[in-house]
Amino acid sequence: MNFDFNDDQKMLKDQARKFLSEKCTTKTVRGVFEGNHHYDQALWKQVAEMGWMGTAIPEEFGGLGLGYLELCVIAEEMGRALAPVPFSSTVYLFAEAVLIAGTEEQKKKYLPKVAAGEIIGTFARAEAPGAVLPKTIRTTFKNGKLNGKKIAVVDGPIADVAVVLAQTGEGERGLQLCIVDLKGAGVKRTDCITLDASRGHSDIEFKDVSAEPLGKAGEGWADMQRILDRAAILMAFEQVGGADVCLAMAKDYALNRYAFGRPIASFQAIKHKLADMYVGNELARSNAYYGAWALHTGAHELPLAAAAARVSATQAFDYASKENIQTHGGIGFTWQMDCHFYYKRAKETGLVLGPQRAWKQKLVTELEHSNA
Amino acid sequence: MDFEDSPEEAAFRKEVRAWLDANARKLTGKREIDPEDMENGAANEMAASKAWQKTKAKAGYARITWPKGMGGMGGTPMQSIIFGQEESKYDVAGGGPFAIGLGMCIPTLMAYGDEEAKKRYVWPAVQGDEIWCQLFSEPAGGSDVANLRTKAEKNADGTWTINGSKIWTTGAQFSDYGIILTRTDPNVPKHKGLTMFYINMKQPGVDIRPIKQASGGSGFNEIFFTDIKVPDNQRLGAVGQGWTVALTTLMHERLAVGGGQGGGLDVPQLMQLARTLELEDGPAIKNAAVREKIADWYVRSAGLRYTTMRTMTALSRGQQPGPEASIAKIVVASKLQDLSAFAMDLEGEAGILSGSEAPMGGMFQGGWLSSPGLRIAGGTDEILRNIIAERVLGLPGDIRVDKDVPFNKIPTGR
Repeated sequence: MNFDFNDDQKMLKDQARKFLSEKCTTKTVRGVFEGNHHYDQALWKQVAEMGWMGTAIPEEFGGLGLGYLELCVIAEEMGRALAPVPFSSTVYLFAEAVLIAGTEEQKKKYLPKVAAGEIIGTFARAEAPGAVLPKTIRTTFKNGKLNGKKIAVVDGPIADVAVVLAQTGEGERGLQLCIVDLKGAGVKRTDCITLDASRGHSDIEFKDVSAEPLGKAGEGWADMQRILDRAAILMAFEQVGGADVCLAMAKDYALNRYAFGRPIASFQAIKHKLADMYVGNELARSNAYYGAWALHTGAHELPLAAAAARVSATQAFDYASKENIQTHGGIGFTWQMDCHFYYKRAKETGLVLGPQRAWKQKLVTELEHSNA
Repeated sequence: MDFEDSPEEAAFRKEVRAWLDANARKLTGKREIDPEDMENGAANEMAASKAWQKTKAKAGYARITWPKGMGGMGGTPMQSIIFGQEESKYDVAGGGPFAIGLGMCIPTLMAYGDEEAKKRYVWPAVQGDEIWCQLFSEPAGGSDVANLRTKAEKNADGTWTINGSKIWTTGAQFSDYGIILTRTDPNVPKHKGLTMFYINMKQPGVDIRPIKQASGGSGFNEIFFTDIKVPDNQRLGAVGQGWTVALTTLMHERLAVGGGQGGGLDVPQLMQLARTLELEDGPAIKNAAVREKIADWYVRSAGLRYTTMRTMTALSRGQQPGPEASIAKIVVASKLQDLSAFAMDLEGEAGILSGSEAPMGGMFQGGWLSSPGLRIAGGTDEILRNIIAERVLGLPGDIRVDKDVPFNKIPTGR
């Protein structure tokens, strides 16, 4: 039995934690929250210098070619630090989309730039509130031209390129992914006001914008699922990282805050709450590890592992971030404390790849297949 | 990262399989677990359990991690797990009746007993000839076990006389010996006046009465001690040091790996039920609310399964497992209760039926009935949360108003 990261991977994780604890404090996060930029450019540049964007990108495409287990440990640290950079959209979504569905040429064109931190990428899916379904996709991709509108695209304000889910015909069989240069003519971006200001979002309108196909027509829906599965596992590590920080913050506060003549950490109402946080975080971590194993080996259980990792991590981060505020009491609800950054990031990470509700339905569908 | 055996582990597994092939029959199909069995232990098949235990003991497989000559083979915890994994594929009787004796009582005896006692008791326990029980809880002391009242008084001839009662004792009705925590000095604070003994459960003055549980079964007992005589050489540890000795016992309880995951009642069974039922808007398995519940419980089950694998990985690497293993019972017990209740709700008015009358042989009703016990036995959900908070997270212990008060001055309530 060898169900854990190895010493090299743990060392990489320690390095990542050390690096981020110096370069990305909550002051950095607050700076983006309160400033006019959608991300921390200096941090993004330094992360690029570390080569992290290329962690799982093969060397032939300019990456470090380390692998997914290494990317998972970095993801956890990015999640702990609430890093206000477009790492997840560029690496888990855009780069994975190119790796999964791209031609050799597209891989050569985009991946080295991702690895070098020269481009920011994202993935545009939703067009209206509610579920993303084949029938809700109205954006069209015909004769090389993209027309339509996507909403709440993560890192939309700063991305150079986007993978877009579009319709070439009708229904699921007409769906296709395409890559579009967001700086090209006919692209109109409108910044969105969102709950988590440390992650920029925008609506993006396309009017006769030139785009290139990514994968085959009719396979867009299936391609998207595969991309989301992989991203869900990596994002689960970010969520687990964030949830662990919430528990640590709550614990630290409870030990040092006195009420009724004793630390509030000595009251069972607080102890049991923190114990429940711990239980949720450990379950989420174990599910995420299984996801990492599936990602690493390309196991056929990957879709089920991804859904379980996603649901478990979303639940853990939600619970830990809200009960962290509760443990702090009134001060936890103030802008001045950091608690709300985690509360908001928990929601952002929990929605960005699709909500828990949808992943639960998918999880059971996978269970039905595996039992068949 | 993988789930493979190391070369040494693979070699051991091969050896174990060969031995099992030679000594037992392979299971065909899946072993059906009756929720009632979970609480009754394996008492029903005592003779078969004893025979299988003896076979294992002779080969050194009964207590793999114990030293040679003490009934073991000086093996690793991982080898013990591998044996358990392989053994579960064979049609053999469970080791339930020996779990408490070998998991808690004998380790305590090995730590505090004299050489003569070890020579006399360890081997018969390992090979299943003698069964032990643990006598700690009392009517007045469950979670607060140090609040116990059973009295041991020293006689002029150096022997002891014990009076009082113990409760929730699993397997007492078929036990030969037991370790018992008693109060020897009521004039000092409660933790300081305790002393541990081992006693013969068949001696005069020991009255064992099964407790009928809310579920109808009787896995536990209440035991009354009337003037039972115990020689001083059956004392474990010094007089007044009983609490320290008890902590050794309880530490072994926590180290005991494994434990059921809710009597084989989990998501697959719920899905099986949901496939057969029709709800207001179609098949239950297609109902979004039902599916959300299934997903909720699945991630908890899967999370625990992979947590166990993390623990085994630490053992496999020769490291001390992390504290993550401490979450298991909290998760399992509540899940069993909630999942069973939800299944009964799906069954509608038929949900009230029990046993073979009920859908799927009444397994959900059985799980629902046994789950309150599971949430209490071996540490209540609340005590387990305290343990996580204090031992894992390092939060302060509760303020104990009775800490420095002599035992006989502590208010007792009703």
